[in-house]
Amino acid sequence: MHLAAGRAGFFPAPLVLTLGLLLSTPLWIAQVGLYQYLALEIMIWMMFAMGFNLLLGFTGLPSFGHGAYFGIGAYAFGLLQLKVWPNLWFDLLGAVLVAASIGALVGLFISHRRGIYYALLTIAFGQVAWFVANKWHGMTGGEDGLLGIRRLPAEFGVLSFDLAGNNALFFFCLAVFALVLLGLWRLVHSPFGRVLSAIKQNELRASFVGYDVWLYKWLAFTLSTAVAGLAGALFAMAQQSAYPNVMSLQNSGFVVMMVLVGGGLVSFWGPVVGAAFFILARDLLGAYTETWLLWYGLIFMLMVLFKPDGIAGAWQAAMEAWRRRNRSAAASSGEGAAMRMAVARGGADEAV
Amino acid sequence: MKLFEATGLSKRFGDQVVLEDITLACDEGELVGIMGPNGAGKTTCFNVLTGRFRPDRGTVRFAGEDITGLAPREIARKGISRSFQIMNLFDDYCALDNVLIATPQVRRQGFNPWRDLDADSTAKDRAAEVLASVGLAGKERAAARSLSYGERRALEIGVALAAEPRMLFLDEPTAGLGAEGTARLTELVAQLRRRLTIMVIEHDMKFLFGLADRISVIHWGQVIAEGTPAQLRQNEWVARSNLGVLA
Repeated sequence: MHLAAGRAGFFPAPLVLTLGLLLSTPLWIAQVGLYQYLALEIMIWMMFAMGFNLLLGFTGLPSFGHGAYFGIGAYAFGLLQLKVWPNLWFDLLGAVLVAASIGALVGLFISHRRGIYYALLTIAFGQVAWFVANKWHGMTGGEDGLLGIRRLPAEFGVLSFDLAGNNALFFFCLAVFALVLLGLWRLVHSPFGRVLSAIKQNELRASFVGYDVWLYKWLAFTLSTAVAGLAGALFAMAQQSAYPNVMSLQNSGFVVMMVLVGGGLVSFWGPVVGAAFFILARDLLGAYTETWLLWYGLIFMLMVLFKPDGIAGAWQAAMEAWRRRNRSAAASSGEGAAMRMAVARGGADEAV
Repeated sequence: MKLFEATGLSKRFGDQVVLEDITLACDEGELVGIMGPNGAGKTTCFNVLTGRFRPDRGTVRFAGEDITGLAPREIARKGISRSFQIMNLFDDYCALDNVLIATPQVRRQGFNPWRDLDADSTAKDRAAEVLASVGLAGKERAAARSLSYGERRALEIGVALAAEPRMLFLDEPTAGLGAEGTARLTELVAQLRRRLTIMVIEHDMKFLFGLADRISVIHWGQVIAEGTPAQLRQNEWVARSNLGVLA
């Protein structure tokens, strides 16, 4: 199957379900022993993973340095707020533009590649960003990070909403997440998304039917870094700080694992599932053992070995098996009824 | 003026000379065949003509315009389409989507982020027409990877046709097909030649000599003989060579 199969509804059921579930978290999250900030963090990672999957799942381009753009968004948000203008809209837009511009620049150097060479180049550029964040003390705060980032109020003319609390920030991020999700959903079902998927399947053929493959790959990378930058900015706001750690190779690996475990290669919704699974595993396993990542790594290995299509792939396979069973049950009950009718008719004939 | 003209094409990979001073031409509406033994340079020649490789020397002109060294996408947009010897399809897509993505209407909308292709009945009808024209009516929703070998060959041509080309390059279209499949494909190419200019590489001599207006023989990267099928039947080298049984 390909990821963008079928007609795209404006509000598909999984979108409504995801947003509904997130929206309802303030009602039940404390009752199950979790906390609102966790839901906020899950949502931000979902956004990051969804943007990343535009590149990995839909275009087939493996970026293993995407944490850099998440981090660039976080730092840009903080620096714009602290050094330029502390306005939420300006800082958010600025963070997205800075991440997308650096992504666009990096994209110029890597978009003629694919496969392992593409992956290696993304790692190299990611490490450059991580190194700069670590060493440029005057600008980024070095290893101490950028502290004192505020949760600025969302201002709509005369109206102003305070986002200082976790609940308020959660609802604000949920609104942003809904817009990103809807935008990505429409994008992958548009001709643009179809071309990305065609490039993933057969780059050579795509170029021979007239597509500028390089340009599409560059755009996919740039868009993906823009979403990563937005997620990073919201993360900086949530954490009220930005650290070089978010740009690390390890963090870049986390988003890859989220997408693969969730099933981003076979489903648009895979990263949503994967991000939730990862952050919950971190918190729940982490409550019992410091070596939670070891156990998560084992789950990841088992997934790759036995369910390479991830959780979403396993769900799709189960639904397909269920549908097949129903079809064969319906067919056999139809045959049974036909046989009973034939027997009844035969008996009647004999009586006559 | 010829519709398509390649003059003095040369190509080498390292020390290996693959094409040497190749000259080929095609009039509008003609079907030109290319034959030669394995490793003669036929596919490399196609790759140079359609932009996959840049020639070291020589020029390629199409409809009076110099297209030497242009990228495949630019050449495709000028009206040249091709099929491949080793099949190149969008395997995860269904047959209809394979054709749909290649149509100029969809290509022009390629950067439109909001249009829903599945809701575009005009583009889908056009793609279904193309599929029907290559004998794949009823297979619209079948995944490309699930089609039979012969059907995949037909789809390969369908994808090339969907781009609405003025000239079509076919690289060994009957390769791997049985007698029945070859007969169906012969019929399809015979239909296509009524509306398109075609250049075809083929090992099946019956197919080639039955359809081509003119044939060029390539060996060791050079054109060693050319002419009408009747002329080539008289050619001593072709008659002696082990290229297959002449029709």
